[in-house]
Amino acid sequence: MVNAAFDIKGLNIWFGQIHALKEVDMDIRPNEILSIIGPSNSGKTTFLRMLNRLNDLHINFRMKGRVMFGRSDINKMDIETLRRKIGMVFALPLPLPLSIFENVAYGVRMHGEKNKNRIAAKVEDALKRGYLWEEVKDRLGESAFKLSGGQQQRLCIARTLAVEPEVILFDEPCSGLDPISTAKVEDAMLKLKEKYTIVLVTNNVKQAARVGDRTAFFLSGELIELDKTDKMFTVPRDKRTDDYISGKFG
Amino acid sequence: MVVRKVKEFIIEKLILICGIASIFFVLLIFLFLAKEGLAVFKIVSPSSFLGGKSWYPISEPPQLGILPLILGSAIVTLGAAVISVPIGVGCAIYIAEIAPLKIKEVLKAGIELLAAIPSVVLGFIGMVTLVPMVKNVFHLPTGLTALSGSIMLAFMAMPTIVSIAEDALYSVPKTYKEGAFALGATHWQTIWRVMLPAASSGILAAVMLGIGRVIGETMAVMMITGNSAVIPQSILVPVRTLTATIAAEMGEAVVGSEHYFALFAIGIVLFVISFAINVTADLFLHKRQ
Ligand SMILES: Nc1ncnc2c1ncn2[C@@H]1O[C@H](COP(=O)(O)OP(=O)(O)OP(=O)(O)O)[C@@H](O)[C@H]1O
Ligand SMILES: [Mg+2]
Repeated sequence: MVNAAFDIKGLNIWFGQIHALKEVDMDIRPNEILSIIGPSNSGKTTFLRMLNRLNDLHINFRMKGRVMFGRSDINKMDIETLRRKIGMVFALPLPLPLSIFENVAYGVRMHGEKNKNRIAAKVEDALKRGYLWEEVKDRLGESAFKLSGGQQQRLCIARTLAVEPEVILFDEPCSGLDPISTAKVEDAMLKLKEKYTIVLVTNNVKQAARVGDRTAFFLSGELIELDKTDKMFTVPRDKRTDDYISGKFG
Repeated sequence: MVVRKVKEFIIEKLILICGIASIFFVLLIFLFLAKEGLAVFKIVSPSSFLGGKSWYPISEPPQLGILPLILGSAIVTLGAAVISVPIGVGCAIYIAEIAPLKIKEVLKAGIELLAAIPSVVLGFIGMVTLVPMVKNVFHLPTGLTALSGSIMLAFMAMPTIVSIAEDALYSVPKTYKEGAFALGATHWQTIWRVMLPAASSGILAAVMLGIGRVIGETMAVMMITGNSAVIPQSILVPVRTLTATIAAEMGEAVVGSEHYFALFAIGIVLFVISFAINVTADLFLHKRQ
């Protein structure tokens, strides 16, 4: 429905002397869940943070190549618009030092909504879509830090949903969560796919197999393989992919 | 072996003595202050001391009301706070968040330099530059006013406020900032809605410590506020602060006289105010950790 695919050509990223991503060409399709797997330091996070230009915060960051978001080059877009359209959920739950309600309302207000009732409605809606509403509806005024880790992570998802993005980036969203919370977050992702494009970086190969439509395998800053998830997990084209998903290294 | 143990023992005890000595001296000072200061309440009641409107310590009988001095300190301090807090916090935000690396270093060095200027020198500079300026701008008979003192003291509070507030902003977890940016917040929205609230206790501590510095300041204030112990009706009149009163009159007060005891009692009042401010600042700082 939305024309939110990315088209990436000849992407290179450096942090000072470190060449973090090398000649990456790939596309991300609308309404898919694209999983990104690979060992530590392979450039997964760097890739993800490139998409919403969060890498720009680092002074020694340099990038070459062309990244199209829909019909616009991300480096030519207004950066706040880009980031509003591309939500991000981080590895560690990152509530802001505000109440539960305010964490979700923050982005809504920031993007110009002033009407109290409409803000409240959006907050409720976002919390419902993040599968958190039932657990927090009676304690919206409490500090977000009082929630459990899994709840905090779903709060962060709700907060991202509230600003109505087109794409959601997840960076190892379940790395700090127990299996039950992980299952809840994965459920949420599968539902979200209907409306959003999702890019999921995960250290957990099984998670990629469970939720990804397609999977990309990064190694030392290079994109080794990108294919349908079931294909990659049954007949990988590259030996290194095979080694990684069968647990021989990484 | 034995020699080493004896050495250890002696060093340990020496350090212990140093520790005890510092506490002992503080206690001594405090006892002395209390003994000399509280004696004044044999002559005046605490309420007419604190609330009395006239300070004529050498008239006969002496009138020992320090309300004009308290208000003098208050108005100078308030003025200094109104000037230095917004500028200081603004400067801290600029240094912590906005300034490019080079400018940041230059600014930090500049702030440290400002902190290093002895207050009497600042007072002197204020006397020859600020005082005439205040006089001309407001068409006053004299430029030795509370306002001049406030401006001068704002300069002295600024380094404290800037460096502690900058530190507080700097120690806000980077993740908060990234979280806000990822939602599409502009830099300013991030600073205003996330960084400042997260650093608020540290910033409040910075403000309190800055104000603490202002209240205790003596030299510069004595030189440029005009030293007139009347209840100030505005910020554009000469005033006399608590500190300046002690500094100016201690030399001429006869030891053991009512005047002498009253000056010590002013010392107690100052001590209580400073102590309260430091404790408040401490509370804010610890809340942060
Ligand atoms: N801000 C930065 N400054 C310098 N180097 C960086 C920075 N961010 C990332 N790098 C480097 O880029 C390379 C890729 O890091 P990245 O975080 O993308 O790896 P990753 O695949 O996400 O690893 P992990 O699974 O451990 O999260 C690493 O060598 C890392 O040291
Ligand atoms: Mg990573």
